[in-house]
Amino acid sequence: MLDKVIFYVFGGIAVVSAALVVTRRNAVHSAVFLITALLATAGIFLQLRAEFLFVVQIILYVGGIMVLFVFVIMLVNLDVALQQIQFSRQKWVALLVTLALAGQVGAMLWWAGQPGKKTLPLPVSVAAPAEKLPANAEAVAHSLFGPYLLPFEIASLLLLVAMIGAVVMAKKKV
Amino acid sequence: MGAGEPGDRERAVAEEGSKNQTVENTLKAGPGTLLGADELILNMGPQHPSTHGVLRVKLKLDGERVAGSECVIGYLHRGVEKIAEHRTYQQFGPYVDRMDYVAAVSNGLGYCEAVEKLLGVEAPPRAKVIRTILTELQRIASHLLWLGTHALDIGALTPLFYCLREREEILKIFEKYCGARLTTHAFRIGGLQYDAYDTLEKDTERFCNDFHRRIAEYEELLTGNRIWIARTQGVGILSAEDAIAMGVTGPVLRASGVQWDIRKAMPYAAYDQYEFDVPVGKTGDTYDRYLVRMEEMRQSVRICMQAIQNIPAGPILGKVGKVMKPPVGEVYHAIEAPKGELGYYIVSDGTVQPYRVRIRPPSFVNLQAFDKMVRGHLVADVVAIIGTLDIVLGEVDR
Amino acid sequence: MPAALQATLEFLRAYAGPLIASLVIVAVLPLIAGYVVLVERKVMADMQARLGPMRVGPHGLLQPIADAVKLLLKEDIIPEKADFWIFWLAPLVSVTAAMLSMAALAFGPAFQIARDINVGILFVVGISSLGIFGIVLGGWASNSHYSLIGALRSAAQLVSYETAAGMALVSGLLLGGSLQIRTIVEEQARQGVWFIFLAPVAFFIYMVASIAETNRAPFDLPEAESELVAGYMTEYSGFRWSLYFLAEYANMIVVASVATTLFLGGWMRPFASVRWMGWVDFLPPLLALGVAGYCVYRAPRQPVPVQKLVMLGVAGLCALVALLLAVPLLLPAAFFLKAGIHGAFWFVAKVGAYIFVFMWLRFTLPRYRFDQLMRLGWYFLIPVSIVNVMALGVGLVLHWQYRVNLWLALGGTTLLTLLIALWLVWADRKREAEALQARGGPGTPAADSYAG
Repeated sequence: MLDKVIFYVFGGIAVVSAALVVTRRNAVHSAVFLITALLATAGIFLQLRAEFLFVVQIILYVGGIMVLFVFVIMLVNLDVALQQIQFSRQKWVALLVTLALAGQVGAMLWWAGQPGKKTLPLPVSVAAPAEKLPANAEAVAHSLFGPYLLPFEIASLLLLVAMIGAVVMAKKKV
Repeated sequence: MGAGEPGDRERAVAEEGSKNQTVENTLKAGPGTLLGADELILNMGPQHPSTHGVLRVKLKLDGERVAGSECVIGYLHRGVEKIAEHRTYQQFGPYVDRMDYVAAVSNGLGYCEAVEKLLGVEAPPRAKVIRTILTELQRIASHLLWLGTHALDIGALTPLFYCLREREEILKIFEKYCGARLTTHAFRIGGLQYDAYDTLEKDTERFCNDFHRRIAEYEELLTGNRIWIARTQGVGILSAEDAIAMGVTGPVLRASGVQWDIRKAMPYAAYDQYEFDVPVGKTGDTYDRYLVRMEEMRQSVRICMQAIQNIPAGPILGKVGKVMKPPVGEVYHAIEAPKGELGYYIVSDGTVQPYRVRIRPPSFVNLQAFDKMVRGHLVADVVAIIGTLDIVLGEVDR
Repeated sequence: MPAALQATLEFLRAYAGPLIASLVIVAVLPLIAGYVVLVERKVMADMQARLGPMRVGPHGLLQPIADAVKLLLKEDIIPEKADFWIFWLAPLVSVTAAMLSMAALAFGPAFQIARDINVGILFVVGISSLGIFGIVLGGWASNSHYSLIGALRSAAQLVSYETAAGMALVSGLLLGGSLQIRTIVEEQARQGVWFIFLAPVAFFIYMVASIAETNRAPFDLPEAESELVAGYMTEYSGFRWSLYFLAEYANMIVVASVATTLFLGGWMRPFASVRWMGWVDFLPPLLALGVAGYCVYRAPRQPVPVQKLVMLGVAGLCALVALLLAVPLLLPAAFFLKAGIHGAFWFVAKVGAYIFVFMWLRFTLPRYRFDQLMRLGWYFLIPVSIVNVMALGVGLVLHWQYRVNLWLALGGTTLLTLLIALWLVWADRKREAEALQARGGPGTPAADSYAG
């Protein structure tokens, strides 16, 4: 019962703030709501006893990436931004993509509702008691350096390439 | 955005410009700034903790780098020079104390000697020596206040209190001598108003002996400190040619490597009787100015120690009348005040009031070098450079 | 709604302890922060040949309360062109982050607010890093150039130094083998050594980075008084301003606690594993008793009767603390209390010592310039911290896999790290000298721009 309450509170906050992110005209306000949405997601992680994910979400997304976001937004002239059109004109494409995504999620929910179907356990369904889980950080480490070693390395390589590319593009002259 | 809408950017710059017309006229925007962002105009002062009074500096910033600056002065203008035209020579004496109020004794010395020159009288030897002692003590006091505030600007909290502690001793000597601590009005035209009190020599000697140890303490805190060096070396470099071209004087000039000290070049008071060195710097950066002023304090102590050994007996006031009517004429007399050349240009029309008094304050002239020193530096250096120029706004604005 | 009621009851039953503890933190932390400020002012005054606050209460002991009252009564100004909501929100974010991060800390084996989650250290670091939003948003919302520059500086500084701090923490975590606070301290107890001795370089890096993260001198650039007036706090006044202040001091306590937990043996007493050093246990009660005795001795000399009473009150408080510390030692029946009470004492003492070093540095050193701060972070601290983590890893593998003596292995790697650090310093000085040479002398770029 309590789990459900917490989930719906956090989920509601996340959804509402996510909507506000795209509708606010002031970029800093958008950023604040994005932070709220990310924090609410982190809250859901915590409620699922995924403490490691919760902390990583906060350190990386909120504490790291969003700080840089806000940093850049503060440098932008907001008065100019206010006069620009808020939404791009690809409304129909956006609608299509959204519908597709909604359909996917809906199908999955329906699928999970069917008796006897094997699916991923959905977040609402159950949170395992903490005692039965292995230590979070270790579990993540085992999967990252065990079965998912190759994707992990590829991802880090990709990030490295992106980083070097960003530096090269940002630096006008050496 | 940035490169996308050049029109917007230009408009923003133009709007900013109309608000700050003078800045737009004097400070031309550089062609390209970091990140293509607009230049920021930061108004520093007149109420700002480290503009040393009411200096207002308009800074044109590219990020945190200074692209140009303009000093706005006049917030403390009291029309000292104009007042002089409506006061007798004696009555104007106290007004000069209120220019460089942290070195009132030096101001008074310059004024008294200028009027004496105009009158054609000379102060008796005893008066001259006592004047020298007090003026050198005032130089130390002024430099101490500079050191404390300069260090505070750069972020070292503690030296300020040590400096004030020692300055307090000097102010006590002044208080014992003439009853006032800050705006002393210690000297009279033609000599002194008060004779030296009984323990003046002893007090001065005790202070001087103590001060050697104290100054070592400051140097321990700052001179070798890596952060201090990093903050001052290479900051606000002023070349000798530039310094001379802009008429910069005092420790700022000497730190640029020019050996020019009026005490040596055109001795006044009793300076020709004493041995002292004139420290000069090499690069003309903030660190050199710091070292030069530190050494000047030591030299002042040296002068004081020599002076108290032998204070001649005799009268303290030369032959001046109660009503002073200098002959028609003009005179310029300059002394080496703590901050540089302090000159008084007085025109007499033969009445009891000067026809015109023009004061050449060192701070005002030294402040000219500010823009040259500050360009290309960061906001933090602006503060260090204001501090190292050692300006007093009472003197800049008069 | 019986279901909701039941849920509430269930919630309360499960979390009553933490709830009360967090209420206590929210209520007591401002007081503690106030007294940390008082101690700081007293230490500063002592170093600067002054007396510090002396007026309110004996030796200014009631100064924090007077300050708090003043701040509460001050007019709360919101600039007209400020972004009202963000201006309103920002100090709250700062102070919430600082307080929330305390939830996972353990002030002794018996005092921990949240359940000991197994990523405790990461939780503290992550949540306390949220405080930056308070600074950045507050600086932006003030609509003032000084605030904005302060906020930008703060963001850049925090992002830079958090990397170094994180790397230094990793060194400690490698030694502790866990992210859980209790486990880390117990591991230090088991090995019989504080990790500061095994990883001195990491401790040093964490110390420097934590000073930078809490915006303390010599890295207090975001609020550099002489340059930016008060940085991001320039437009704040009264109670909102005091929230920022509270957050700053709470953050100091947090970083000091993390350092204590990871490197200084947490709540362990010094020489806990040396048998004949057991007498150290008797020092804390004796110390408290001594302070109490001094207060009693000074009480008759206070000029005002109220001051005498307050002095006696302080003496009584100290005596009570002494009693509390002495009971588990003297009464065998109360021995089970010893770990909790003495652990808390030693933890607080270590945190206090760490904060004292912060203060000491603040009153001694001038402030870095922003580019120098960044250079120190990126060219020195981050490389050294990365090298240190790698070297430490190698040392530990040598110890675990190849049975090399722990001290030999870690000593060797520490030496290696120090050599690399020296090399970095040398390279930095060389670069600095070259930059100076390029800029100095007549005909500089600065002169050109003046001409144009």
